[in-house]
Amino acid sequence: MSGQKLLSTIGFYALVVVIVVFSVFPFYYAIVTSFTTGTDLFKINYWPRAFSWANYETVLGGRNFVRSIWNSVFIATTTVVFALFLAVTASYALARVRFRGRGLLLMMILAVSMFPQIAVLAGLFELVRFLGIFNTPWAMILSYVIFTLPFTVWVLTTFMRDLPVEIEEAAIVDGATPWIIITRVFMPLLWPALVTTGLLAFIGAWNEFLFALTFTSSETTRTVPVAIGLLSGASQQEIPWGPIMAASVIVTVPLIILVLIFQRKIVAGLTAGGVKG
Amino acid sequence: MATNTGGLSLTQQRQRAAFWFIAPMLAALFFVAAWPLIRTIWFSLTNTALSDLYGGEWIGFDNYLSLRILESGRWIWRGTLVDPAWWNAVWNTVRFAFVSVFFETVLGLIVALVLNAEFKGRGIVRAAILIPWAIPTIVSAKMWAWMLNDQFGIINDIMLNLGLIDQKIAWTASTETAMYAVLMVDIWKTTPFMALLILAGLQMVPRDIYEAAKLDGVNPVKVFFRITLPLIRPALAVAIIFRMLDALRIFDLVYVLTPNSAATKTMSVISRENMIDFDKFAYGAAQSTLLFAIIAVFVSLYIWLGKVDFSGEGQR
Repeated sequence: MSGQKLLSTIGFYALVVVIVVFSVFPFYYAIVTSFTTGTDLFKINYWPRAFSWANYETVLGGRNFVRSIWNSVFIATTTVVFALFLAVTASYALARVRFRGRGLLLMMILAVSMFPQIAVLAGLFELVRFLGIFNTPWAMILSYVIFTLPFTVWVLTTFMRDLPVEIEEAAIVDGATPWIIITRVFMPLLWPALVTTGLLAFIGAWNEFLFALTFTSSETTRTVPVAIGLLSGASQQEIPWGPIMAASVIVTVPLIILVLIFQRKIVAGLTAGGVKG
Repeated sequence: MATNTGGLSLTQQRQRAAFWFIAPMLAALFFVAAWPLIRTIWFSLTNTALSDLYGGEWIGFDNYLSLRILESGRWIWRGTLVDPAWWNAVWNTVRFAFVSVFFETVLGLIVALVLNAEFKGRGIVRAAILIPWAIPTIVSAKMWAWMLNDQFGIINDIMLNLGLIDQKIAWTASTETAMYAVLMVDIWKTTPFMALLILAGLQMVPRDIYEAAKLDGVNPVKVFFRITLPLIRPALAVAIIFRMLDALRIFDLVYVLTPNSAATKTMSVISRENMIDFDKFAYGAAQSTLLFAIIAVFVSLYIWLGKVDFSGEGQR
C-alpha cells in the first residue's frame, strides 16, 4: 500500500515537473539565444554558454525599435485610460440601476467582445482614412476600443454587482447623486478591480497585431508586435535570430513581471471575463 | 419609499443618470464596431477597390456567388463560394479550431486538476503556467519559429536525440508539418488560459463531496468521471465555446509563423490578404462577412449554452 502511494506521489510530481518545463522552456531558450552571437547561434545550446549583450545593443541601437516601444506604450496607455473612463460610469449604470433592456444591452456588449476583428477591418480602414489618421497612433487607439471597451465594461460590471447594497443605500439616504456615489463611494472600493482590468486591457492592446499591421505603413509608426513580426535581415535566408530573441525578451520581461505580481487578481479578472454568470 | 427630488422619483432620477452614463459608451461602440461592420457588409456587395474606397458600384451578391451563362450554353460560377482557396481556408480554420480546442481542453483539464490538488510548490506551478499566456502571440510565434528551425532548431535536435525522427524536419516550411507547427504553438500558449477557466469551475465543487467519496472508498478515476466532470460541465462548455470563438478568428500566429503557406492559411488571413495585399478589397470584405456570420452562430450558441446571467438578479 505505502509502496503504491509512493509511486503515485512520484508520478504526480513528475507530471508537475513536465508541466513547469513545458511552460517555461521556450522562454528560457529565447533568453539563452538572446545572449548568443555569431556562429554560436548555429550550435544547439541547452545551457547558456556565452554571455554577450551584443544582440541587445543591436536592437536598442537601431532607433526604430525604441520608437516602436514608445508607440506601443503610448497607444496601450491611452486606449486603457479612455476605455476605463467610459467603462466605470457605464458599468455602474449596468450593475446598479434597474432599467428595461439591461439584459439585452449586456448581451450586445458581450457579443461585441467576441467579434472577429477581421469583420470590421474594411469598415475601419475606411473610417481611419476618412479621419486622416492612417499611419498615426490614433488609428490604433481608435480601433482598440473595439476590444478593450466591451471587456472592461463586462468585467467591471461583474465586480460592481458584488459590492454590498448597504453602502450605496446609505449614500442615497444622505442624498448623494449617482455621480457622487461613483466617484466618492465606489471608486475607492473599485481600485483593485480597476488596476486588474486596466492591466488586462493593457496587455490586450500591447499584443494586438492585425490592426497595427494594417493601419501603419512606415517603420517609425509600428507597434512592438509589428516591429518584431516584420524584423528581418538583409535577405530571406539571413533571419537575425539573435536580435529577434533580444527584442522578444525586452518586451516580454515587463509583462511577465507584471503578471506574476498581479497573479491572483489577474486570474480572478480572467475568469470574470470568461465564465462568470 | 420614493423621496421626491425636483418632481422626479428616485428611481426615475437614477434611470435618467444611467442613460447618460451608458450613452457615451454606446456611442463609442457604435462608432468603432457597428458602423464599420455595416460598412464592411456594404463593401462586400460592391466592387470597391482599396485605392478608391468611394468609387465602388453595387454589384449585389456577385462577390459571394454569381452565374454567367455563355452563349455556348456553358455555366460559369464565380465568387467566394466557388473559390477553392476560400474553401481551403475554411477547412484549415475549422481543422485548426477543433484540434487545438480539443487538445487545449484535455491538457487544460489535466493542469487544472493538478493545480486543484494541494501540494508543495503549487504557487510555482501556477506562476509557471501563466508565462506562456503572458507572452505576446507574435513573440511566441518568433520564439517557436526559432525552436522549430529546420537547421538549427532545438526541437529537431531533441527529437533526433530521442530517436523520434531520423532526419531534420522543416516544420514551418513544409506543407505537411506547417499545421502541426501552428497547432503546437497555439496549444502551448492557450492551454494555461483554459486551465485557469477550468480551475475556476473546479474550485466551485464543494470539497466535502470528494471527502465523502474517499470515505466510501470510491476509485479516483470513477470520482472524476462520475462526480467532477458532471459538476464542472457548465464551466467547461462555456470555456470551450469561448476558446472556439478565438480559434476561429486566428490571424497573428498563422501570419507570422507560417507566412504564405496554403497549408495553414485561415479565413482571417485570406480575407486580409485579398483586402489589403491583392487589391480585391470588396472580395476580401465578402470573405470577412462570411467569417462574421459563422462566428455569430457560435456567439448565439455561447449565450444560449452559457445561460449567462444578464439580469444580475437571482442566482448569486
